[in-house]
Amino acid sequence: MVTQPVQGADWLLVLPLLLTMAGGAVAIMLRKKTAVQPWIAIGVISLVVVSNLALLSHVLQHGVVTIVMGNWLPPFGIAFTADPMGALFALAASIVALCAAIYATGSIEASERRYGFFPFLILLLTGVTGAFLTGDIFNLYVWFEVLLIASVGMIILGNDKAQIDGGVKYAVLNFVATTLFLIATGLLYGLVGTLNMADIAIKVSELEGQGPIYGIAALYFLAFAMKAAAFPVNFWLPASYHTPRIVVSAVFGGLLTKVGVYALLRVVLMLMPETREWMGSFIGFVAIITMLSGVFGALAQTDIRRMIGYLVISGIGSMLAGLAVGNQIAVAGAIFYAAHSILCMTALYFLAGLMFNIGGSFSMRELGGLYTKSPLTAGCALVLLLAVAGLPPFSGFWPKVMLVEGALADGRGLVAASILVTGVLTAIAIGRFWIFCFWRGGPEGTEDGTLVPQADGSVAANAVSLPANITLSLGALTAIIILVGVFPEGVMAIVSKGAASLVDPNAYVQSVFGVWP
Amino acid sequence: MNTVIFRTIAPYLSALMMVFSIFVLLRGHNEPGGGFIGGLIAVSAFAIYGIACGVAAVRRAMVVHPMSLAGIGLFIAVLSVLPSYLFAQAPMTSQWLIFDFLGSTMKLSTPLVFDIGVYLVVVGAITSIALSLEERDVD
Amino acid sequence: MEYVFAILVGLLMSASIYLMLSKKLVRVLMGIAILGNAVNLLIFTSGRLTRSVPPFIPEGSYLPLEQTANPLPQALVLTAIVISFSFLAYFLVLGYRAYQELGTDDVLEMRVAEPKGEEKPPLGY
Repeated sequence: MVTQPVQGADWLLVLPLLLTMAGGAVAIMLRKKTAVQPWIAIGVISLVVVSNLALLSHVLQHGVVTIVMGNWLPPFGIAFTADPMGALFALAASIVALCAAIYATGSIEASERRYGFFPFLILLLTGVTGAFLTGDIFNLYVWFEVLLIASVGMIILGNDKAQIDGGVKYAVLNFVATTLFLIATGLLYGLVGTLNMADIAIKVSELEGQGPIYGIAALYFLAFAMKAAAFPVNFWLPASYHTPRIVVSAVFGGLLTKVGVYALLRVVLMLMPETREWMGSFIGFVAIITMLSGVFGALAQTDIRRMIGYLVISGIGSMLAGLAVGNQIAVAGAIFYAAHSILCMTALYFLAGLMFNIGGSFSMRELGGLYTKSPLTAGCALVLLLAVAGLPPFSGFWPKVMLVEGALADGRGLVAASILVTGVLTAIAIGRFWIFCFWRGGPEGTEDGTLVPQADGSVAANAVSLPANITLSLGALTAIIILVGVFPEGVMAIVSKGAASLVDPNAYVQSVFGVWP
Repeated sequence: MNTVIFRTIAPYLSALMMVFSIFVLLRGHNEPGGGFIGGLIAVSAFAIYGIACGVAAVRRAMVVHPMSLAGIGLFIAVLSVLPSYLFAQAPMTSQWLIFDFLGSTMKLSTPLVFDIGVYLVVVGAITSIALSLEERDVD
Repeated sequence: MEYVFAILVGLLMSASIYLMLSKKLVRVLMGIAILGNAVNLLIFTSGRLTRSVPPFIPEGSYLPLEQTANPLPQALVLTAIVISFSFLAYFLVLGYRAYQELGTDDVLEMRVAEPKGEEKPPLGY
C-alpha cells in the first residue's frame, strides 16, 4: 500500500529505467568514442538484467509491487506497477538487448556507432521496459513513443535505399497505430475520468452500460494489433523488418511486436474483461488468420530474413489465440509464448546474420552446405527452428500445449486445431529452410553432395571460424531456450501467476489502492 | 535575411533571449514557465543567431555539441530522481533545500534540478535538429 | 460546446484519413499532421470544456477558490503535441530523403524493399 513508507526494494521498479536513461545519456555524450560505446552498453544492460532479475524475484515473493511517482496518491500520481507478467517480459527484453549489444560489438561499424546505434539500443530498452512496468495508460503511450523514436532511428541506420523504403512504411504505420492508441485513451479518459490502470479496471467494471467501452476496446484492439502485426494490419512488418542491420532486425523482431501483445493483454484483457468476452470470437478469427497467413508467407519466401519476419507474425497469431480464449491457462500460454518468442525470434535473426557471415547471402537459393562449414551452427539452427515450430523438448512446446489445452477447455476447437495445423506447417517451413541452407551439399546449381574433397581428402578444411561475439550471443539465447524447454516448471509458475493477476485484477488493484474500494 | 541591421542586432537579441529563457526556467515551479518552454526560447535564440551569423558560429558559441548537451540534460534529470531514495520516499518526491543567502531566502529543490535537465535536453535536441536543417540548406 | 468540437474533430479526422489513403507520400504526411491535431482536440474536448480560470491554487489555501479548468488534458495535449511535432519533423526529413534516394513520392512505386518479380524459393533439390 502506497501510504506506507516506500521500501527500498520497491525502487527496483524504476531502477531499470533510471539505469537505461543514465546509460543512454552517457552513451550520447561519448558517442565520438566508438571503442568505448559497446562497453557502456554492455555494462548498463548487464546491470539492467540483474535489476530485472531482482525485480522478478521480488514480485514472485511479495506479489504485485507498486510505486507512485512523487508520493502523489493514486490515481493522481503516475504509478509503476509490476506484476509477474510485466517483470518476466522486462527480464526477457533486457536479456535480448544484452545479447544484441554483444552481437553489435563485431557487426556495427564505427560510422554507425557515431550515428548512435548504442544510445538508440539503450533508449529502446528504456521504452520497452517502461511499457512493461508502467501502471498508467498515458504513461504507456509515452513509452510507446520512446521506443518508436528509438526504433525509427535504428531502422535507417546505414542509410541505403531499401532501408529508407522500409523505414517510411514502418514509421508511418507505427505512428498511426500509436495515434489510434492515443485516440482511444482520450475517449477512455472522457468516459471514466482516470488514467491509472487499476482505477480504470474499477471504473469500467462499475460502469452502467458497457456500450462505449465496446467502441474504445475495438480502437485499442486495432491500435495494438497494428503494433503487434496481427493479420489485416501487418503488412508493414514483412516490408520493413528485413531492411535494417541484422542486429536491429533481431531487436525489433524480438521486442517490438511483443510490446503490442503485452498492451493487448494488459488493456483489453485486464481492463475490459466483459468487452474481451464480447470480442472473443472476433479475436479468435483474427488469431487464426494471422497464424495461418504468417506461416504460408514463411513458406513462400526465398530471403531468410523475410521468412523469419513471417514466422514472427505467425507467432503473434498464437499469442492472440490466448487472448481470444481468455481463460487462465490460455492466457498463461500466451504470456509464456510471448516470452519464448522474444528470445527465439531474436536468436533466429542472429542466426540469419551468422549464416550471412558464413555463406555470404540471405537467399535460400544461394545458401547451401553450411553444415559442412559449421556443424555447430547447424545444430544451433535446428534447436531454434524446432523451438519455433513448437516441438519438444524446446521452449516453444509448452506454451502451445497450454494454449491448446485452454482453447479446448473453453470449447474453441477451431482455435486449438489452427494452433496445431500452424505447428505442422511451421515444421514444414523450417524443415525446408534447414535442409536447403544447411543439409544439401552446396548452393543451387552445384550438384548435391559433390563437395570436392580437399587434397588431403577431408572436407573439414572447408570449416570456417565463427566470430566470438555472434557465437556468444546466439549460444546464450539457444542455451536459455533449451533450458526453458527442459525445465519449464519455473517459467510455468511465473506465467500462471501472471495470468491469474490478469484474469482477476484484484491483486493488481490492491497493490495500487491497498483495497478494492 | 542577411541585412546589416539583422546581423548587428542578432547577437544582442540572442543574448537577451538566453537571459529570458533562464528567467522562465527558474520561475517555472509556481508560475507559468519551466524547463520545456525555457528551452524552446533558448533554441529560438540559437536559431536566430544561426540565421544571422551561420551555423559554425552557433556551434562555436555552444562549446559542447548539442547532442552532448541533450545527454547531459538527461543525465541531470535522472540524478534529480535519486535524492528521494535517501529519505525512503517514492521516486521524484521533491526534496527542498531552504537557506538564507545574502539576506534573501533561497529555495532549491529537486524539481528545479529536473527542470534544468529538461531545459538542457530540449535545447540540445531541438538545436541539433535546427542546425542540421540549416546546414542542409547551404548545400 | 462539446458537440461543436466533436464535429470539428470528426471533420479533421476524416480529412486526415482521406489524405492518408493517397498514394503520394506528401499527402500522407499532411494527413499525419492533421491527424495529430485532431487527436489533440479530441483529448482536450474529452476533458470537458468549461469557462473557468486556470488551475492555480492561491497562496495560503489548499484548494482552488472556484471551479478551474481541468489541467490533466492540457498536460496530455502538451505531451502529445511535442511528440507529434517531433515525429512530423522526422517524417518530413524521411520523406525528403526517400524522394531523393528512390526518385519518387508514389508509395506504390517504392518497391526497393519488396521488389516486384522476386525469385521464387527453391522448389526441390
